[in-house]
Amino acid sequence: MMILSGDPPRSRVLSILLVVIIAALAVTPLIFPGAKAMNVATKILIFAAVVASYDLLLGYTGSVSFAHTMFYGIGSYSIAIALYSMGPSWAAVATGAVVGLPLAMLLALGIGLFSLRVEAIFFAMITLAVASAFLVLASQLSWLTGGEDGRSFQLPELLRPGTVLISKNVFGFELNGRVLTYYVIFIACAAMILALLRVVNSPFGRVLQAIRENRFRAEALGFRTVFHLTYANCLAAVVAASAGMLNALWLRYAGPDTSLSFSIMLDILLMVVIGGMGTIYGAIIGATIFILAQNYLQALMGAASNAAAEAGIPLLPGLLHPDRWLLWLGLLFIASVYFFPTGVVGRLRSAGRAAS
Amino acid sequence: MTDLLTLAGVHTHIGRYHILHGIDFGVPEGQTTMLLGRNGAGKTTTLRTIMGLWPASSGRISLDGQSIEQSPTPDIARLGVGYVPESMAVFSDLTVKENLILAARDGPLDDTRLEWIFGFFPALRRFWLSRAGALSGGQKQMLSIARAIVEPRNLVMDNGTIVHRGEMAALASDATLQERLLGLSLETHQ
Amino acid sequence: MTDLAASAALPKPSRDMLPVLLPVILALAMLPLIGSPSSWVTLTVASLAMGMMIFIMASGLTLVFGLMDVLNFGHGAFISVGAYAATLVLLPLAPYVQADSLWLNLAVLAPAAVLSMAVSGALGLVVERVLILPVYGQHLKQILMTTGGLIVAEQALYALWGPQIIPLPLPTSLRGSFIIGDIAIAKYRLLAMLVGLVVFASIQLVLNRTKIGLLIRAGVENREMVEALGYRIRRLFLGVFMVGSGLAGLGGVMWALYREQVHASMGNDLTVLVFIVVIIGGLGSIGGCFIGALLVAAFWCRSWRWSRIFS
Repeated sequence: MMILSGDPPRSRVLSILLVVIIAALAVTPLIFPGAKAMNVATKILIFAAVVASYDLLLGYTGSVSFAHTMFYGIGSYSIAIALYSMGPSWAAVATGAVVGLPLAMLLALGIGLFSLRVEAIFFAMITLAVASAFLVLASQLSWLTGGEDGRSFQLPELLRPGTVLISKNVFGFELNGRVLTYYVIFIACAAMILALLRVVNSPFGRVLQAIRENRFRAEALGFRTVFHLTYANCLAAVVAASAGMLNALWLRYAGPDTSLSFSIMLDILLMVVIGGMGTIYGAIIGATIFILAQNYLQALMGAASNAAAEAGIPLLPGLLHPDRWLLWLGLLFIASVYFFPTGVVGRLRSAGRAAS
Repeated sequence: MTDLLTLAGVHTHIGRYHILHGIDFGVPEGQTTMLLGRNGAGKTTTLRTIMGLWPASSGRISLDGQSIEQSPTPDIARLGVGYVPESMAVFSDLTVKENLILAARDGPLDDTRLEWIFGFFPALRRFWLSRAGALSGGQKQMLSIARAIVEPRNLVMDNGTIVHRGEMAALASDATLQERLLGLSLETHQ
Repeated sequence: MTDLAASAALPKPSRDMLPVLLPVILALAMLPLIGSPSSWVTLTVASLAMGMMIFIMASGLTLVFGLMDVLNFGHGAFISVGAYAATLVLLPLAPYVQADSLWLNLAVLAPAAVLSMAVSGALGLVVERVLILPVYGQHLKQILMTTGGLIVAEQALYALWGPQIIPLPLPTSLRGSFIIGDIAIAKYRLLAMLVGLVVFASIQLVLNRTKIGLLIRAGVENREMVEALGYRIRRLFLGVFMVGSGLAGLGGVMWALYREQVHASMGNDLTVLVFIVVIIGGLGSIGGCFIGALLVAAFWCRSWRWSRIFS
């Protein structure tokens, strides 16, 4: 974690956790069999990146925006539309990136400048409205975006599951296009998170924190807050859009429910708060907790729900029903905001400090 | 004669800024007290702290023997403290009449008292049913002061402008006023 | 005070009529584009009815926001809960709902509406104490807490009532339309407009004729000064919040009957519209909220028309 940033996890437990998570993610295709494990792992990687970018805004500049999924969606759709229209080629991928990233940046520029002019609550409301409008727009422009059905496409040959690069016979496992895609995503997300760590620990990042604490004072000290906040917004947007692109490449699909829906925005919020605002590491922890819960907690809840039903307890079976996992995470979220605003990471860090 | 209002060792912080560093003074009953100071010395902060708008971080404030440094603003006002803020803070969307009705917390507007106020500030009678926002700056100041004295108060704190010092002085020395206003704190700008 | 009452008020600055006329102008502008006057009337009534319902849902929110700088992002919960509470009355009493008698129908609708408002109001009390009071003044946390409330509320409704859409049929006597020549005016839409106007008038009455209304109007302008005048505005705020929640519940019932269905996500889906109305109308302004609601509803209704014209 000291790579490039000089911001250590500052907690033994946290460091161990992070190492375990990253190691597990690194060897998933080799060790954990099955499509589900790879899907879960990929989701963790991609969301860790998106949430880290959101943490840059929420945790470091202190602004709540409900429009972050727009950038994610722009990334997804750019790739999807490009590969759909131009056929599965690297040129299409490049085109998608070249169109999507600047578009995301431009939008971020607008939103960022706007955030400077209005108060926090008002800004949050407006981003909510803008995101909703964007979602409706994407659905309406069905000739471009595929409407409610979204856009499916084929990947360039190298990344296809059918492409075998190193067959089973050599190392005991097959290195195919899917695995390659996985590692591309792994490296890209890792790089983006490390870059964000670098940014928040640079003088620039410290100015951001100063602005978060007291914008007026930061201005008085001579920092051009407009520049800093705009830059932060654009950076966050670019990372989110890139994560969106990776998501599209993995799913070979982009659609409103996987790229633009409000529930994705809520998921991001849950992850960043539970993991820990203003830490970047919190994004990794939060994403892991959330996505593991989403995929594996439900089995647990199902068992508990059935037990409660058999025991004849009223209400409990409904509350413990596997589909209600979000209810409990929502409660955890509220508890986090109030009791542990610094999230899991913050608690681990303060526990570590208390112990030493 | 005991002081109506006393401050002892009062410190006020606003965020990280330490504005008041141990203020001590007393406001005697039945007199007019003036706080003088350069710009930024902390006069407004002192009045706001007394009023509870900014909590004192330490020290004691007592009004009529009662500790009020921890009291919430409405409670302090209910102890009979009238406040005329620097920004006048008239409710622009309400009429002059409504502004005064609001200020007369204990009951309906007392006609005699109103007449007495109109004696000092005839403009308020003229614009009785007008939106307070339509008044001129000076008239708003009058309204702000009138609000503070529309009912008998124990203490009136005026963070006002120099323009109405004349009127305030006349008010303070009015014979019919003496038994009701026990203390008056004025502030000037330099 | 006789001479005061007779005193001439300053000539009021001429009221800016443009915002008030805007919905009217918009409606009239659509007439040539739609073509037939009868469709225009139907569409206008539809958007008016919808606007009234949204206004009811948004009215509490704008006052609360203007008064205390508090915005409950989970406001949709009150809308949904109101609708579900109504089902507790309307579904068991289905025979009365199905009876073709206006009085029987209203006899069932009235308690349903009252229950909705009571339940939503009570939920408002809980939300204010649990989610808003603890982080009062900290805007970031307030946004996050109330967003959490949004998630938990919707999930709790799913847990209590299930994820399926619950049909809520319109009472029989309110079905159909009044036919005047060529024009069809839906009966329920008329009722919605009536209720909306009653709510609007009541709020204006309270705001302009009562001392509480005075406090609210003053508080929206300058909370601190109201406290400095000796009023414990926190208690007033709780009251306004609860009334706002109750009104949202009423809006929820009406919307559910309009769509003839109840679903846990309905409140959150409407929240964006409600927010847009509050933004357009200006914080703390009931009049603005009213006009904003009419405008939003007009665009919403007409956008369907537009997409049909241009697709």
